[in-house]
Amino acid sequence: MESLLHITTLHYLVLGAGLFLLGVIGVLTRRNVVIVLMSIELILNAVNLNLVAFSRMWGGLHGQIFAIFLITDAAAEAAVGLGILIAFFRNKETVNIDEVNLLKW
Amino acid sequence: MAPVATPFFFYLFAAIMLLGGILVITRKNPVHSALALIVTLLAQASVYLMLYAPFVAGVQIILYAGGIMVLFLFVIMLVSIDRSIRERQFNSQWVVGLIAAVALGGLFISVYMKGMSVFPEHALSVIENDNTQNVASMLYGQYMFPFEIASLLLLVAIIGAVVMAKKRI
Amino acid sequence: MTEIIQYIQSYLGSDQTPGVAGNMFWALVYIMLVFAGLSVAVIAMNWLERKILAHMQVRLGPMRVGPHGLLQPIADAIKLLLKEDIMPAEADGFVFWVAPFIVVLAAFTVFVVVPFGPTHAITDMNIGILFMLGVSSLSVLGIVMAGWASNSHYPLIGALRSSAQMVSYEVAMGLAVVSAVLMTSLNAEGTGTLSMIGIVQAQQAQGEWFIFKFFPLGLIAFFIFAVAMVAETNRAPFDLAEAESELTAGFHTEYSGFRWSLFFLAEYSAMIAVSSIAVTLWLGGWLRPFPNLLHNATWDLVFSLFPGVTFLLFAAMCFYNAVRMPKHPLFRIQTIGLAGFGAVLGLIGLLLFVPAVSLRVQDVFWFAAKVAGFMYLYIWYRGTFPRYRFDQLMQMGWKVLLPMGLGVLILTASVALLQQRIWHP
Repeated sequence: MESLLHITTLHYLVLGAGLFLLGVIGVLTRRNVVIVLMSIELILNAVNLNLVAFSRMWGGLHGQIFAIFLITDAAAEAAVGLGILIAFFRNKETVNIDEVNLLKW
Repeated sequence: MAPVATPFFFYLFAAIMLLGGILVITRKNPVHSALALIVTLLAQASVYLMLYAPFVAGVQIILYAGGIMVLFLFVIMLVSIDRSIRERQFNSQWVVGLIAAVALGGLFISVYMKGMSVFPEHALSVIENDNTQNVASMLYGQYMFPFEIASLLLLVAIIGAVVMAKKRI
Repeated sequence: MTEIIQYIQSYLGSDQTPGVAGNMFWALVYIMLVFAGLSVAVIAMNWLERKILAHMQVRLGPMRVGPHGLLQPIADAIKLLLKEDIMPAEADGFVFWVAPFIVVLAAFTVFVVVPFGPTHAITDMNIGILFMLGVSSLSVLGIVMAGWASNSHYPLIGALRSSAQMVSYEVAMGLAVVSAVLMTSLNAEGTGTLSMIGIVQAQQAQGEWFIFKFFPLGLIAFFIFAVAMVAETNRAPFDLAEAESELTAGFHTEYSGFRWSLFFLAEYSAMIAVSSIAVTLWLGGWLRPFPNLLHNATWDLVFSLFPGVTFLLFAAMCFYNAVRMPKHPLFRIQTIGLAGFGAVLGLIGLLLFVPAVSLRVQDVFWFAAKVAGFMYLYIWYRGTFPRYRFDQLMQMGWKVLLPMGLGVLILTASVALLQQRIWHP
């Protein structure tokens, strides 16, 4: 009980791991492309949380700066991913990942 | 600035984040998923504030919740057709996916339990009031090159997104 | 009882905002005060807008409901609360319900860091101005959701246009803000600050409001922000998305009654919020005119009389209008009401002459006076300028304000560097 009330770095890491797992489940099991992209954002956020928690633990700011770069990266990736989604939707009229099977033999 | 009621706020925001995450991956309607993701991101900004990283929290609110999620909502409005809501939501290998995720969870648990002794006793580092100034001096000093590369990356992403979404190239 | 008074007095002498001091009770008290003040301000803005617009258009505005229409906002509020709550047939219920909530949330949360005085703020975050810009950009989400959830053409187009406009002008706003924040770093240590109270204190230390600094660069940055903030809050002349003749009220077409009043409340709160940003960054926040130049006892006394004199002027105007009311028995109650209102304002004015009260209220008064000036400008723009067409609007945001903002930023940085290194090393 004592360890539950005193918030240590491990608490934040477990929270990050939980978010990561939820994101992985979303990527692996959903069929809607937009929701898969949102699960990828969940994964990136979990990594950010880990970075900032470790930055707090060690006292330096390197984790926070890397987190800022990661947020920038996530923005770029979301923009390109959604662009691809729009281009694909224009051709196939569906947002179902299972129908992205043009290379299937 | 004295911390107030840290365990209560941590568990509150952790519950909001996990609940939001579960809602993101289980909703049929993509707009509801996007709303749940916005709630998750805002709760995460609050957790950053608890970790004494106010600048990252501000960047998270502006970029993630106010920028990326607006982008998502626009695209959902463009491609959301009623047919996709009435289809089957989970694909055919959902069992294998769940087993893989549980295995990953088991890996996390084993790593954390083994490594728990490595973490130093949580010493309260000095509560600084000039987080932004320190981040700025590091970002423009030591990390200048990644900063410039990040701006180049954003330029490439803009051009890529515009080209992908154009009707006629 | 004496302990309570002692507790209150011991707090009044503190030199920190309650959020920074970690004092939750006083933080809650300040939140209640700011919320109440904001509600009164929105109600007053409603009345003032209709009266001032009317007088600009050579008519009288509401005159019936109370003396000179003073009770009109209350009548409007009662009407809106009693209206039927309609939801369109195929609308997405949850999103339709939550959209006005998000817009109101975004509009009200920014007031957590607005500095009404050196210790009169709810809290003083290290990232004050960044927090304000970020949270006010969350209202775009609410507008997009409102338009989409209404499941009808006009709201959808209105929401898309409105959100595209808001996102475009946020960029110009951000650049203007950056060039103002850059001016805070021109002190001895060479470090600036993003905290709102720190920005006003930097203006006090450097001895000039940032609007006059590096003339005309501060003025141009202020001008860019002033134009961008009008576009950001969807007000005339940038109100294509919600104008009645264009899109039948845009994204809030399908909202009726209480939900519409939430959008309306959020719009006025957002106006006051961005005006607070402009006042804090360029016009010296809570500082009275000439705080450093005219700083001896008599000038302090003269400037400390301003709040009381202002309220006495309002009371005098009320009494004058009460005397000019028609001498008809049916108007008697209105005359008495107006005279009573004037008496209340006069009493407040007399109370503000007491030195103990006047000392605490000084800063809030000057801040409120400057924000009131901005509100008058908003109403003036609405009464004077014709509306921008949407493509002209977007063109101005991206092709005019953005390059101007970049130019001002580069020039400000260059002049600041020259000043620090070459002129006064």
